[in-house]
Amino acid sequence: MDFFLEVLTGGLLAGLMYSLVAIGFVLIYKASGVFNFAQGSMVLFAALTFVSLLERGVPFWVSFAITLLAMIVLAWAIERIVLRPLVNRPPITLFMATLGLSYIIEGLAQALWGAQVHGLDLGISDEPLEVGGMLLSQFDLFAAATAGALVLVLSLLFNKTRIGISLRAVADDQLAALAVGIKLQRIWMVVWAVAGFVGLVAGLLWGARLGVQFSLSLVVLKALPVLIIGGFTSIGGAIAGGLIIGASEKLAEVYLGPMIGGGIENWFPYVLALLFLLVRPAGIFGERAIERV
Amino acid sequence: MMLKGRTIMKRKTVLILALTAALVSITTQAAQEQHFSIAGYRIGPYAAGGSGQASGLEDYLQLINLRDGGVNGVKLSWTECETEYIVERGVECYERTKKNATTFNPFSVGIAYGVIDRATADKIPVITPNHGRTDSTDGRVFPYIFPVILNPWSEASAIINYLAQRAGGPDKLKGKKIVTLYHGSPYGKETIPIFALLAKQYGFENIQIEVPHPGNEQQSQWLNIRRIKPDWVILRGWGVMNPVALKTAQKTGFPTDRIIGNVWSNSEEDAEPAGQAAKGYISATTHPSGSHFPVLQDIKRHVYGANKGKIEPQRVGSIYYNMGVLDGILHVEAVRVAQKKFGQRALTGDELRWGWEHIAIDDKRLDELGASGLLQPIKLTCDDHEGGGAVKFQQWDGKQWKVISDWIQADRKLLRPLIEASAEKYAKEKNIKPRDCSKE
Repeated sequence: MDFFLEVLTGGLLAGLMYSLVAIGFVLIYKASGVFNFAQGSMVLFAALTFVSLLERGVPFWVSFAITLLAMIVLAWAIERIVLRPLVNRPPITLFMATLGLSYIIEGLAQALWGAQVHGLDLGISDEPLEVGGMLLSQFDLFAAATAGALVLVLSLLFNKTRIGISLRAVADDQLAALAVGIKLQRIWMVVWAVAGFVGLVAGLLWGARLGVQFSLSLVVLKALPVLIIGGFTSIGGAIAGGLIIGASEKLAEVYLGPMIGGGIENWFPYVLALLFLLVRPAGIFGERAIERV
Repeated sequence: MMLKGRTIMKRKTVLILALTAALVSITTQAAQEQHFSIAGYRIGPYAAGGSGQASGLEDYLQLINLRDGGVNGVKLSWTECETEYIVERGVECYERTKKNATTFNPFSVGIAYGVIDRATADKIPVITPNHGRTDSTDGRVFPYIFPVILNPWSEASAIINYLAQRAGGPDKLKGKKIVTLYHGSPYGKETIPIFALLAKQYGFENIQIEVPHPGNEQQSQWLNIRRIKPDWVILRGWGVMNPVALKTAQKTGFPTDRIIGNVWSNSEEDAEPAGQAAKGYISATTHPSGSHFPVLQDIKRHVYGANKGKIEPQRVGSIYYNMGVLDGILHVEAVRVAQKKFGQRALTGDELRWGWEHIAIDDKRLDELGASGLLQPIKLTCDDHEGGGAVKFQQWDGKQWKVISDWIQADRKLLRPLIEASAEKYAKEKNIKPRDCSKE
């Protein structure tokens, strides 16, 4: 039983790391209906920029601020060069645009900072803590707290600020939002910049765990089933989806894996996501599309 | 009018002659160059390995050009493609560059598998140091494939021999639990049957655990390992899987100095990103890191001094880089050996294959090459395309690798019948008649 609980807890904590990436997708999807395939590349770009500055002797918080600025500039450039000319195009066109963008950002990040592997030490110990006979990772607990704080900050942003209300208005109905004078381009720029900030936080935590390297852009593959289960429009859903995916993939690998040859952790979440799609296509917390026919 | 026409004709003839002469000159120049094809990857998830190896190889070839004026006057040249470690791109690279190439360097098991039939038909040696298809060691069946220095099965055997030495003798392995944590790819799975054989031979418990590609999440595997409580974990990783393994081992409380990395889990790029979690980590290597070897000093002086180096100078001497230098040393040695038989000119792929099969580098020759302690003595033959089969072990002290053992040899006598059986099975499937090496 202790072992089961340990696997379960480890899975839940790992799932929150997936949620960190998934939140970036949700933000952009909520505000623009665009599934941003480039979120993983943004995570890589942010982490690579940050660690490269750090290695050049720039202090931690200055590196953080410069990287954040770089993410805002990137958001501005994406809005101007990619999104604005594609307004009113079908969603698949925008999706394909972000797919292309993903490769461009990956290439740009490596061209600017090189393809070397960098270590990143955030000063958080990864020595295990023993709690009730279970070993818990201090780093994972920190990441979980960060995810919680991020959800809180984003909730405040969405619910208590003027910009947040505009974001929600755009998410609800773009035409109506335009009609009441909300500037769609500005909102998109803001939301991409916030997604860039989330990418930076995710990049630092994942970078500290994996090393800052190209593979960071592959963490999106872990976020996709999280989004399908939690719903594309809910930040809370991204957290719930992350917890479900994290726990189930670890339990499946440990208990089901040995029966079917092991190595199932990568595809099992997609099996679960497909099952969810059959039962609840919009995910647990996603908004159901209601259309007049 | 007639005169004007003749003048034009003359001019045309002169122009054609000049162009022909230029073309002949270019062709002759190309014929005087020994050309190699390199399928590198300087971007993408495995860029650290690809850039290090390709740069070490190319810098060594450049050293021979700059310091010695080529091999007996024959300049060395190469084409490097960017494959991003993608098999289709590697095969495309092979097809694009094979016209002038006299060896092909895939730096990837997948790409190596993809070009075996093509390269055999084209008579171009495929060089796969420390990787590739194990049974291609049998040169009777695979005349153009060279898994030189160390094939995967030898690596597994040498690691078990090291663990036996640590335990106090092979008989002390009985009852020990040894987990192999392997990358979920053909490369990772290559040694599964050999560990089963060695477990039977020595009586240890053999547990194989797969990590799905790319390996950026290993919590469940390490929790399982903690439950199993093994004596040793052999890490057969690649790329991001390695630092994640070390970090996850730390957070699940498994001691780092009981983890033995294989030769693709042994670089600075594997240990550094894991930070303190890597301290004490042991790995196998066919060559130590460091730039104090005379050959490396020459590269620094002649190649980087002339601003012709292919990589950031601080990476010269890293594990991946030195791997490329060894590859370069063997390439040049094959050319030298083949030139003795075929003449001091640019050789064909088939002639160079003969050169590879007659490489014999002893301690004296290593000293002449400035590579004593960097490369093990190596002798290749028609039926043995591996030649070395030994590794040293090194331990990460938090900043760099320190060699902690002498050369540990694989049990090649045990492995050879299995290699031959596998190669013969392949020969049967492909309708290949194995060569008679006594006639080579």
